[in-house]
Amino acid sequence: MKENDNVISVKGLTKRFGDFTAVDNISFDVKRGEIFGFLGANGAGKTTAMRMLCGLSYPTSGDGYVAGCDINRQADEIKRHIGYMSQKFSLYGNLSLEENLKLFATIYGMTDEEIKASSKKLFEELEMDSMRDTLVKDIPVGWKQKLAFATATIHRPEVVFLDEPTGGVDPATRRKFWELIYKAASEGMTIFVTTHYLDEAEYCNRVSIMVDGKISALASPEVLKEKYHVETMDEVFRIVAKDAIRGE
Amino acid sequence: MNPIIRLNEITKRYGGLVAVDEVSLTVDRGEMFGIIGPDGSGKSTLYKILATLLKPDKGTATVCGFDTVKDYKRLRTMIGYMPERFSLYQDLTVEENLSFFASLFGVSVKENYDLIAPIFGQLERFPSRKAGALSGGMKQKLALSCALIHRPEILLLDEPTTGVDAVSRGEFWDMLSTLKRKGITIIVSTSYMDEATRCERIAMMNKGHILDIDTPSNLVAGLGENLYNAVSDDMFGLLTQLRSMPDVIDCYTFGATLHVVGSNSFNSDKAMAKLLVSGHKDVKIYPAKGNIEDVFIKLTRDERE
Repeated sequence: MKENDNVISVKGLTKRFGDFTAVDNISFDVKRGEIFGFLGANGAGKTTAMRMLCGLSYPTSGDGYVAGCDINRQADEIKRHIGYMSQKFSLYGNLSLEENLKLFATIYGMTDEEIKASSKKLFEELEMDSMRDTLVKDIPVGWKQKLAFATATIHRPEVVFLDEPTGGVDPATRRKFWELIYKAASEGMTIFVTTHYLDEAEYCNRVSIMVDGKISALASPEVLKEKYHVETMDEVFRIVAKDAIRGE
Repeated sequence: MNPIIRLNEITKRYGGLVAVDEVSLTVDRGEMFGIIGPDGSGKSTLYKILATLLKPDKGTATVCGFDTVKDYKRLRTMIGYMPERFSLYQDLTVEENLSFFASLFGVSVKENYDLIAPIFGQLERFPSRKAGALSGGMKQKLALSCALIHRPEILLLDEPTTGVDAVSRGEFWDMLSTLKRKGITIIVSTSYMDEATRCERIAMMNKGHILDIDTPSNLVAGLGENLYNAVSDDMFGLLTQLRSMPDVIDCYTFGATLHVVGSNSFNSDKAMAKLLVSGHKDVKIYPAKGNIEDVFIKLTRDERE
């Protein structure tokens, strides 16, 4: 295995809280430029696993690398090399579009000049140049999402983690957001995404399905649908996740 | 017809923003009524007006024959409301939350337990766990139990399944069907279009107004579009290229395929030939059956452009 082929590589990743094993010995790789769907029932351990991958918590046991950094020893270093976006928290409503972008860019350690150059380019690309001074709370949800994605990727991370980025969003806006994902992936960015909309699982290169702390399935949507003799990822998910004990 | 809810030209503004714009609708007693729309479409404002928590700027709303502004005290005992955000006391236990809500409404948990048994039964294993420490699906079940403990006539559920996985969502809807059979009127909002089809009628909302109200099957039957599925070896490239074709009105991802809305002059054989010439492999374009998502995309198309 060449070191550069995998942006994420974990082996035997485990996290226990007391006698509860939230993540139970999972191993997987995510290739550079891949759109990787990280699915699972509520309570399956997705968030706990993702926190370890983002350098927000240490594994109880197991090894892994994210963007070339050791998850056991370089948690702070990981944060510089990744982007993170969630539907729940990503932008400050009382700051303008430009202020939000600048805030995140500064946190990521970009210089004023770098920020100026990349924000100009971003606002043009997103066709939001005339809105730079508008407060985020006053813009429609589709624009918020575009901006949230832009802030999560302004420092050109090797991999961006998207935690339910489209929760509560209408069908048209969800699709637009996925076009941003496609575009970023086609430019070489690795995408690690969770979702409960199973049509979105079809857009991933590969998906994993977590059940009770373990990865119960991992393959491309085509392979999974063939394996379970069904037409859609929705059906695959229902078959794989239906026996979850601790779910809900 | 026996409407339990009547909204007559309801408008609500927040400063310069019109959150709800002259909305009129009726809901029949015992109906399972869905409100479908994105964040910011005005759903939650409408819910707060129905729950007597907000006064409309214009128009009238009656629930069970009572005015939501004048008779709010009376009405609150007849409504069960589950807001979008988890609104229980995180540092009270499962049991404490339930008895708190029961005592607010002057009922005992025991007298109405039969109604919540199928839902609350799944939480009985951990009566002393704090609500804040429950998983997402468990919180939702506790919130539903608390909204039902006073045996309301109407259940108002604002996006109860956002962030909930497909299997748990299915179970949640099974519970709603059971409650409906007991005669409770249910108004439920969602952004999952598959859930919309489990409602008897749905109102599609966007930007504060109602785009259409009908049964899911009538809405789909009235779609009236020249709809196709399209696949090739390069789906993103296919999307871009189909969109650029003059006789394609719209093209969007649809799970494993793309949906293509063609104009009258759209010819799938010609389109396939064009795509093959420009390097796509394994191109297939064939007629598609629309669903509620296609309806929503169609109804919001003009507003997007």
